[in-house]
Amino acid sequence: MSILVFVEHHGSELQKGSLGVLTKAASLGDPDVAAVLVGGGVKALAPEAAKYGASKVFVVEDDALEPPLPQPRVDALAKVIEDNGYETVLIANSVLAADVAAGLAARIDAGLNWDLVDITSDLVGKRPALQDSVFLEVGWKSTPRIALFRAGSFDASTHDTGQAQIVDVTVDYAEHSQRATVVGQELEESSGPSIEDADIIVAGGRGLGAPESFSLAEELARTLGGAVGATRAVVDAGWYPYSAQIGQTGKVVSPKLYVALGISGAIQHKVGMQTSNVIVSINKDANAPIFEFSDLGVVGDVHEIVPKLTELIKQRKS
Amino acid sequence: MKIAVCVKHVPEGSSRIDPSSKRLDRSGEGALNHFDANAVEEALRVKGDSDAEVVVLSLGPAKAADSLRKALAMGADRAVLISDDAAAGSDLVATSRLLSAALANESPDLVLFGQQASDADGAVLWAAVAERLQRPVVSQAAELSVAAGTLRVKRQTEFGYDVIEAPLPAVVAVSDAINEPRYPSLKGIMGAKKKPFDTLSLADVGVDAGEAGEAGSKTEVLALADPPARGDARKLEDSGGDSAQAILDFLVEKRLV
Repeated sequence: MSILVFVEHHGSELQKGSLGVLTKAASLGDPDVAAVLVGGGVKALAPEAAKYGASKVFVVEDDALEPPLPQPRVDALAKVIEDNGYETVLIANSVLAADVAAGLAARIDAGLNWDLVDITSDLVGKRPALQDSVFLEVGWKSTPRIALFRAGSFDASTHDTGQAQIVDVTVDYAEHSQRATVVGQELEESSGPSIEDADIIVAGGRGLGAPESFSLAEELARTLGGAVGATRAVVDAGWYPYSAQIGQTGKVVSPKLYVALGISGAIQHKVGMQTSNVIVSINKDANAPIFEFSDLGVVGDVHEIVPKLTELIKQRKS
Repeated sequence: MKIAVCVKHVPEGSSRIDPSSKRLDRSGEGALNHFDANAVEEALRVKGDSDAEVVVLSLGPAKAADSLRKALAMGADRAVLISDDAAAGSDLVATSRLLSAALANESPDLVLFGQQASDADGAVLWAAVAERLQRPVVSQAAELSVAAGTLRVKRQTEFGYDVIEAPLPAVVAVSDAINEPRYPSLKGIMGAKKKPFDTLSLADVGVDAGEAGEAGSKTEVLALADPPARGDARKLEDSGGDSAQAILDFLVEKRLV
């Protein structure tokens, strides 16, 4: 077998979720693990990708590819797979990557298992289903196989062989892949890691009481080096941007620590975060469902507890 | 203009996976996947007062007709149900093959999907269908407009919004933030019964049985397992913020600070 990992980038940064998947791929016991980078300026990022265990990095360098559109990336991945015979393709989920994975599955007639949280060395995937109440073990009946992993499934850690080969690839794009064009972008200001990349997420819900109280979540997240998440209710109410929404209609995350502030833990939110390693929740309502799946539940007022907690963490860090 | 909306009939209430077939048990009551109601609504909005036709299309058991009827009651013009025992258990590869075969026969200018299925949490089908139809695809559409044969979509991403244009014919998956689906009126419900409704077999859409269902699928469910149990959960009662130290101690113990 041989494994190819699609490594996504945003600007000049490789996405940590992709590097986590690459780290996992390198641990599966296969000597032939390659990364593929697609876009403008990605050649400069290739040595960085190589540090996470790739023996080869394929580079599809093309400024026309920098806009985040899935279909030209399907062309690029299909070309690398067909020329080199990769049997397994592993991809970290994102808005862009999900469309790349599904388009690629149709293009090369490959089975796609999605929303996986783990994979074994004999290539059995684990997928939580039915609001994560059941874990399915899933497989592939043929090659190539494609696996799409939930955000935060694996830690990225360097494993530099120092010998990675960097291979330039030229792609002929399908006519239909070039029809969509990005004509504008509105990027939201963000400081710190994105929700997909964060090891720590501090999320706020209705229990914060008012939009201004999101500063409590922001301050705690900044102190912990994490990102801020939000429930659908507060996003719908306009308290926080959609890009921070966690849950069934937002992002599904799996960080090392999830701090839930004033979140009741409705099923729609639970499915977005319950595979987090450690969940700490603070809520005034002792009967809130969130306490049923928290490692540490605190019945109390976020406005009283969070400023003190943030201060204590700051003191400890200094 | 012709707009096709792909919809799914999903189980209502608490669902289960049949341990023998390892498939979702679809024997109980079902309903129109609520994300797909946004896609139907958007098709009706794009149609407006024009003479465009809105066709709703579903792949599923005979009962999926209920969801198509709901879409007709909302205002869609015509429904197509692909229903065949040999299609049961289709994975992404097989489902996209069946839907794109039916869509190719319809040849719509615009194909709409809802952003996910509430039963399987799948959020990938449209890109596979677009690839098979060789059409441009845009997902996570928060705003959509069509003018002079060109589609303009505001797509929600992790980083903000992308504004994407593509010529028709095209495939779009709409976010549920795009609109508020209407409720069918009594008149709509009565009128739906008279609207054209076709039920197609695999042979009708031109797909061999070996290319559909489990036979045509490239993935399989091997086993069902219980979710990993959480360790010892702790619960504290706070008084005036006095639990802050206990939370810090917990984070330190877990090596998170």
